[in-house]
Amino acid sequence: MVNLNLIFPEIFISLSTMFLLILGAFKKNSSKIIHNLSIISLLLIVILIFNNQFESNIFLFSNSYVIDYLSSFMKVITLIGGAFVLIISTRYLKVYELFKIEYSILILCSILGMMVMISSNDLMVFYMGLELQSLPLYVLASFNRDNLKSSEAGLKYFVLSALSSGLLLYGCSLIYGFSGSTNFNIIAESLSNNEYGLTFGLVFILVGLAFKISAVPFHMWAPDVYEGSPTTVTLFFAIVPKVAALTVFIRFLYVPFLNMIDQWQSIVIFLSIASIIFGAIAAIGQNNLKRLIAYSSISHIGFALAGLCVGTNDGIQSSIIYILIYLVMNLGFFCCILMLKRNNQYFENITDLSGLSKNHPLISLSLLIILFSLAGIPPLAGFFAKFYIFKSVIDQSMYFLAIIGLLSTVIAAFYYLRIIKIIYFDEEKEKYDDDHSIFLKISLTLSTLLLFLYFIYPNKLLEIVSKINII
Amino acid sequence: MNFPILSSLILLPSIGALFLLFSKDNEKLNAIKYVAIFTSFVNFLISIYLWFLFDPSTSEFQFVEDKQWLKEFVNYKVGIDGISILFVLLTTFITPLCIICVNNTVEVRLRDFLIAILTMESIMIGVFCSLDLVIFYLFFEAGLIPMFLIIGIWGGDRRVYSAFKFFLYTLLGSVLMLVAIISIYLISGTTDIVKLFELGIDAKYQNLLWLAFFSSFAVKTPMWPVHTWLPDAHVEAPTAGSVLLAAILLKMAGYGFLRFSLGLFPLASEFFTPLIYILSLVAIIYTSFVALMQEDMKKLIAYSSVAHMGYVTLGIFTITQQGLEGSIIQMISHGLVSAALFLCVGVVYDRIHSRLISTYGGLVSVMPNYAVLFMIFTLAAIGLPGTSGFIGEFLILMGAFKDNFLVAVIASLGVILGAAYMLWLYRRVIFGKLVNKELLKISDLHNSEKFILWCLAIPVVFFGFYPEPLINSIEVSIKDLIEMYSFNLKMNIIEVQNNG
Repeated sequence: MVNLNLIFPEIFISLSTMFLLILGAFKKNSSKIIHNLSIISLLLIVILIFNNQFESNIFLFSNSYVIDYLSSFMKVITLIGGAFVLIISTRYLKVYELFKIEYSILILCSILGMMVMISSNDLMVFYMGLELQSLPLYVLASFNRDNLKSSEAGLKYFVLSALSSGLLLYGCSLIYGFSGSTNFNIIAESLSNNEYGLTFGLVFILVGLAFKISAVPFHMWAPDVYEGSPTTVTLFFAIVPKVAALTVFIRFLYVPFLNMIDQWQSIVIFLSIASIIFGAIAAIGQNNLKRLIAYSSISHIGFALAGLCVGTNDGIQSSIIYILIYLVMNLGFFCCILMLKRNNQYFENITDLSGLSKNHPLISLSLLIILFSLAGIPPLAGFFAKFYIFKSVIDQSMYFLAIIGLLSTVIAAFYYLRIIKIIYFDEEKEKYDDDHSIFLKISLTLSTLLLFLYFIYPNKLLEIVSKINII
Repeated sequence: MNFPILSSLILLPSIGALFLLFSKDNEKLNAIKYVAIFTSFVNFLISIYLWFLFDPSTSEFQFVEDKQWLKEFVNYKVGIDGISILFVLLTTFITPLCIICVNNTVEVRLRDFLIAILTMESIMIGVFCSLDLVIFYLFFEAGLIPMFLIIGIWGGDRRVYSAFKFFLYTLLGSVLMLVAIISIYLISGTTDIVKLFELGIDAKYQNLLWLAFFSSFAVKTPMWPVHTWLPDAHVEAPTAGSVLLAAILLKMAGYGFLRFSLGLFPLASEFFTPLIYILSLVAIIYTSFVALMQEDMKKLIAYSSVAHMGYVTLGIFTITQQGLEGSIIQMISHGLVSAALFLCVGVVYDRIHSRLISTYGGLVSVMPNYAVLFMIFTLAAIGLPGTSGFIGEFLILMGAFKDNFLVAVIASLGVILGAAYMLWLYRRVIFGKLVNKELLKISDLHNSEKFILWCLAIPVVFFGFYPEPLINSIEVSIKDLIEMYSFNLKMNIIEVQNNG
């Protein structure tokens, strides 16, 4: 008999999604209440997860679903990230008349898919979760359907993502064919027979996953989709699916395929180096902030992958810390973008920031901290994120990767500095509106303070993350 | 002594900066300035008090604070010995002067400027106090942020270019040091400097690690051929920024060479000494020639800084008592003199808004006070006996003669060149005919300017005649540093011989 208590969070989120959908269908003008209810249910689920045994290690549904510390922790992060996205997106959606019931419901659906993904211990469950999180994302990307760029973003994302899903599914079937099972644990046991088919399957799945986290060379969709989607959706793209996909990456590499580390390690190293360098160089010429952040997120994902490829618990932990700090930085950055509003129009070009520091000193100061943190300058949190990664990388004597990574941070520093230059050194423009919602202000303050004060007490995060032991 | 006096030294300017951040940036500029002056002056008093408490008869680190920071990895550890206390004093002494001098130079966003300067002070004191490699790196790099803003926001016409060049050059130099620091942790299991001094580092890694540290310090010093960011940064930075940069920031690298390169990697230091000698000599001779050619006063002084820092690196790597003492005194003296020279340039720049030498000439008849003070600092920069510059250069050359005759001879030639470009600068600016009509209306030094320059002139002359306090403070520390160096070197050589 399955203990349904443990998957109560998932059940709760699916029930509430359905309930909200029905509510939206029958009650007119209900987008505000649905929006608020979604936020509340997301936060409720966080409490529910905390209520379950946080450190248990339990398999459900004939070992196809796993509840352990990693999954619970990453689910909490996903949910909180989703809640923040919903909280700060109200004003933006209203301005562009996108404040519809579907928005929050789609985000809930997608988060449900991510939760399934995070907990999956079976290729079938994993694929199901992946598709469940992707489908709402396609719709969200084209949510501003009257806008040409937004529709283009949705279509592009859909076509390319479907292609990668196909590759992934093909990989799954290869693995099933050569190992006789879709269950991660059983695959791990049958690895000893050293079939080429398994390697092929592994590569196909890696390609699919690399697409989802937009690692080079499977990154082509990211800049267009980031630019075209409504800004709040871009924020969602930039932080939440990355957390889920990274968890799957970790589980997939380290549970069934740990013994094939020699084979996947070089692939992941390549993905990592390529992403770091490409992200750093390609961002230099960008003038759209969202496009720029797309390239910067490619580069950051490269760093997270660098932590993954070392094959130690330290590496996994460092990469989780990286993605957490990355999440906070991006949240702060997007809060700032969402504050660039004048006459009911949002601005997202890099030149729109020109001379911001004269009219909006506080936003500029926050941006300064966030950007230096993104560039990885001490003593801000972004430095520590990189520091842990490099520590685990050098620990395994992968000096090449470390030095490439560090040199790219210098290149990347250039374009972050360029934004700072525009904010602080250039001539000021017209003032932007000051009437931001209180939640936006709180989110920005919170993320800035987290980034700035992280260095005073860095131990807590280390302690929390150090309980994640996959190997 | 349980009171965390060093941490309060580090924190106090930041608290002042925080206070300023929440004050209104309105017309009452004086109030803001007084807060900043007060904070930095209190900090100066604390550091003087620290100097009284300090016991120069031992080379042990004093006032040590050791707290767990990153679990089982890095401790927040600060402490000072006879060497670092001088740099702390220099920092706390220069910063108030910088703040006093802003009223003539900085017109916009004074509050932000003061915040940047105070933050900078915190960071610089942190660099000189830290006894852990990671903490050191943290402070060393964090200094880039305020300095970038100081150059970029309040700088001259090409400020953006200079700020970027400054930031990216130094960052590029430093990232390799981070790899080296992490490697040291993995090799030795600690980043605590005191423990590392005792443990020593495996001989086979030393060369690479030394190079990684060198890449960072060489850019920051700056040594030839990676010195090109310095003239740009100096020329574009506002006066207070130039002063901070020349007086203290450059000293971080010299301090780093002394503390880390010598202390941690004796074998590699021995191996790379010729490299340092050559680069230092090139810096001394070549940049002196370049300085001769400059049209811009600030650029000339910037190049002279490169030459003077060449003496410092030369002195450090002679690894003799005199050489090391000379380097430290030279650093302190250069800190005072270059700060004063940049201020002198700032004085006339504020009035005429030109840094070109050709604009001036004959200032002695309109600005007699200025001419006297400028003379003192020019002579100190040349290293005339009776100024602190002489003590530094003399000791360095003495150390160099002990170690390598040829190097010392070439380095001595640099002194002549130094005299040439400084005196020529002085002649062209102060003496000669007063051709430019604008100069007739120029006013002599204001009280605040007089105050700042005399504040700098007194120690320059005082230490020139009586360097005893400086030498007292560093003597034992340097003696033990050299002893430890030769001991570790011997151990390393034995280790290498056993291995192969």
